Amino acid sequence: MPKIIEKRVLTPITKMFRFDAPMIASAARPGQFVILRVREGGERIPLTIADFDAKSGVVTIVVQEVGVTSRILGAHKVGDNILDVLGPLGEPAHIPPGGHVVGIGGGFGSAALWCLMRELKERGDRTTVILGARHDHLLLLIDELREVCDNLELCTDDGSVGFKGLVTERLQQLMDGPGKPDHVIAIGPMPMMRAIANTTRDTGIATQVSMDPLMIDGTGMCGCCRVSVGDDVKFACVDGPLFDAAKVDFDEAVKRNKMYVKEEKLAAERQQKIMEEATHAS
Amino acid sequence: MPAKRIKKTPMLERNAKLRATDFMEVNEGYSKAAAAFEAERCLRCQDPICVAGCPVHIPIPEFIHEIAAGNMPRAAEILRSANPLPAVCGRVCPQEDQCEKVCHMAKRFKPVGIGYLERYVADWERAQPKSEDAKKPTRSQRIAVVGAGPAGLVCAGDLARLGYPVTIYEGLHAPGGVLRYGIPEFRLPNEILDWEIDQLRALGVEIVCNVVVGKTLQLDDLFDKMGYSAVFIGTGAGLPKFLGIPGENFNGVYSANEFLTRINLMQSYKFPETDTPLYIGKRVAVIGAGNTAMDAIRSALRVGAEKGMSIYRRSQKEMTARVEEYHHALEEGVEFHWLTNPIEIIGNDKGMVTGVKCARMELGKQDESGRARPIPIKGSEFVIPLDNIVLSLGNSPNPLLVNNTPGLEKNKHGCLIMKNDTPQTSKKWVYAGGDAVTGAATVILAAGAGKDAAAAIHKDLSEVVV
Ligand SMILES: Cc1cc2nc3c(=O)[nH]c(=O)nc-3n(C[C@H](O)[C@H](O)[C@H](O)COP(=O)(O)OP(=O)(O)OC[C@H]3O[C@@H](n4cnc5c(N)ncnc54)[C@H](O)[C@@H]3O)c2cc1C
Ligand SMILES: Cc1cc2nc3c(=O)[nH]c(=O)nc-3n(C[C@H](O)[C@H](O)[C@H](O)COP(=O)(O)OP(=O)(O)OC[C@H]3O[C@@H](n4cnc5c(N)ncnc54)[C@H](O)[C@@H]3O)c2cc1C
Ligand code: SF4
Ligand code: SF4
Ligand code: FES
Repeated sequence: MPKIIEKRVLTPITKMFRFDAPMIASAARPGQFVILRVREGGERIPLTIADFDAKSGVVTIVVQEVGVTSRILGAHKVGDNILDVLGPLGEPAHIPPGGHVVGIGGGFGSAALWCLMRELKERGDRTTVILGARHDHLLLLIDELREVCDNLELCTDDGSVGFKGLVTERLQQLMDGPGKPDHVIAIGPMPMMRAIANTTRDTGIATQVSMDPLMIDGTGMCGCCRVSVGDDVKFACVDGPLFDAAKVDFDEAVKRNKMYVKEEKLAAERQQKIMEEATHAS
Repeated sequence: MPAKRIKKTPMLERNAKLRATDFMEVNEGYSKAAAAFEAERCLRCQDPICVAGCPVHIPIPEFIHEIAAGNMPRAAEILRSANPLPAVCGRVCPQEDQCEKVCHMAKRFKPVGIGYLERYVADWERAQPKSEDAKKPTRSQRIAVVGAGPAGLVCAGDLARLGYPVTIYEGLHAPGGVLRYGIPEFRLPNEILDWEIDQLRALGVEIVCNVVVGKTLQLDDLFDKMGYSAVFIGTGAGLPKFLGIPGENFNGVYSANEFLTRINLMQSYKFPETDTPLYIGKRVAVIGAGNTAMDAIRSALRVGAEKGMSIYRRSQKEMTARVEEYHHALEEGVEFHWLTNPIEIIGNDKGMVTGVKCARMELGKQDESGRARPIPIKGSEFVIPLDNIVLSLGNSPNPLLVNNTPGLEKNKHGCLIMKNDTPQTSKKWVYAGGDAVTGAATVILAAGAGKDAAAAIHKDLSEVVV
């Protein structure tokens, strides 16, 4: 059971954890993820590996609290153990070296870009990161990302910081200007990734998106995570999670992720009550 | 022969209506009297052909004789020395195709209830205070086992008994393989599996979950970095097949693996007490008619489906499910659509499945599987309205480990290639057995392969000078 050694509250619903997991830390590559469980009878949820360090054996994740499991995890403290952590899973990111890579992150996507952009910069690629959010205080890990890329761009819907507008608009400006990307990698909410896929479609800019379908085992055993990519059906947990943006069937992916909305709501309300009662009692 | 000896002593079964609403075991086991009575039916043949029918050659008449003589400890000893998972095999072995099929009694009457008796002995053993003492390894060569299904568990147990320190690495968060995530509790209660695994732990076997070899660790790391002397691969056949017809990604379409994993491993039938949800509509169909299909559709009824069906492109004769499971399914209300082939899954604009379009089939000549080939009847298409579809089309070996391991060879079906029928793979000091080698097969074959591999590993290690 990996022990949490550091916790940071990034936004009221976004927490960063570092935990001890030497085997995962020494095998991990950027683009991969872990699957964890927080209690007996608990769900297995996938979370991207935001950072890892083979030497210290520490793995970093960033979790956004959206439902039962992410909320329970979010309430974990330094010194707590995470019941089960499996990883690293999925295929690492493969980006041909030497080009200009633009990483675009929304929500927990910023975290996923962290170790990836560092590695690309260290090997000599030109790196740009575009982060997008509604307001400035929802932008995550700005300082960390600034350190690991050549150029950090912030976009907010309300203009509270950086470029006022969507990440796709800023990306379009880059594409039209001298800093044209050779490679785009987008990690974030489905609508954002779909919009980016549409922006670079037919431009010849290789674009990858990190799909986040529902998963169970994460080893290719159940097929829950299937995603249509061109004419193929892929298992995101073993073939992905990164796929060619132009080929992904986003319509289907969005619908598949909504499969259990009713059940998740029921479970979240139940859990909320349990957690509230626990705080009242203590 | 007295008339009452002609028939197999029946197994008590829970009422079909009652049991179809819960996950408690269907078969209730023999009483002491029933077991003694059934044991007396065995003729103790000069040529006990039943033994040849059992893949691990359990000395069947001998253990049955001990039941008849009331010597249960001896019966248990005989049984366990040949089959390390008797409580499991007594429940899930396809006996009617193996030991009981060839039993001499079956020629004129009904075969001896070998499986039921095996189960009886194993259950008796489980009820006794502690059967194996905690052991300390006596040898220095350490062995790693990949996968905690029946093949891996049995191999580990045998090696531990020989004095080797053994570590099992399992990808999921709980050991057992298909016995944990696939076969439902109404056929194989978790309690039994847990007991078997406790026995292994008592033998000193270490089980490390949440490690996927090929991802968390590489196979070569087990030797180079971790110093194991030999590795056994028992990674099973966990890759689900799909039909490749339109509509398979509609919501409500599950692979049997996903459906059963949600129910068994994740215990979603207790949702929201447990956290993993399951969607079940009123009308559920499983595509296929094997054991997995029966498990899935009978589970569907237990979690609330009003109507459960099996849709199969061949006829009842070609169905691969065990007869007992088929009968249990019929009793529980499962409908069978034989000679019916799905050609398209239909859904609505929300992405939910609403039905399946099928063609009626007729049987033609034998195909390469030796069964009659189903041929579609022109113009016979029709739609079966459905809320859920569970695809149970079989599994092949999971390619994850092989694809990440240089020097490990597989055939075109994804099965590991072995050195002239030995338990050795194409890689030195790497052994394998079970579904990873044979493709989807049975528990007893996997257990037998684990046993053979343990013996081979012991033999090969004994030959090296340390
Ligand atoms: C490869 C991969 C990497 C991921 N990385 C991260 C990460 O680094 N940080 C992070 O916070 N989350 C990440 N996710 C998403 C995360 O797994 C889900 O948010 C989590 O499973 C929700 O579990 P829950 O029990 O808290 O909520 P649930 O009760 O299961 O769901 C609550 C709400 O979230 C939605 N939801 C559930 N699963 C997903 C999903 N996979 N994608 C989008 N929405 C979903 C549901 O529709 C529902 O509205 C990743 C997903 C994948 C597949
Ligand atoms: C639903 C269902 C019902 C069945 N019913 C019957 C029945 O009634 N009677 C019968 O005899 N047989 C039955 N079978 C078949 C039987 O269960 C299998 O033949 C048997 O379990 C094979 O055993 P195994 O040890 O080879 O593999 P498995 O039981 O598949 O176990 C393999 C284990 O290895 C793990 N693993 C895989 N890859 C890795 C990796 N890279 N690293 C670490 N761990 C890994 C898996 O998570 C799994 O736990 C059924 C199968 C299914 C699916
Ligand atoms: S293990 Fe299976 S085949 Fe062998 S005796 Fe027992 S029930 Fe029969
Ligand atoms: S063949 Fe049948 S009757 Fe003969 S020894 Fe075996 S179980 Fe007994
Ligand atoms: S999560 Fe089960 S196959 Fe991908």
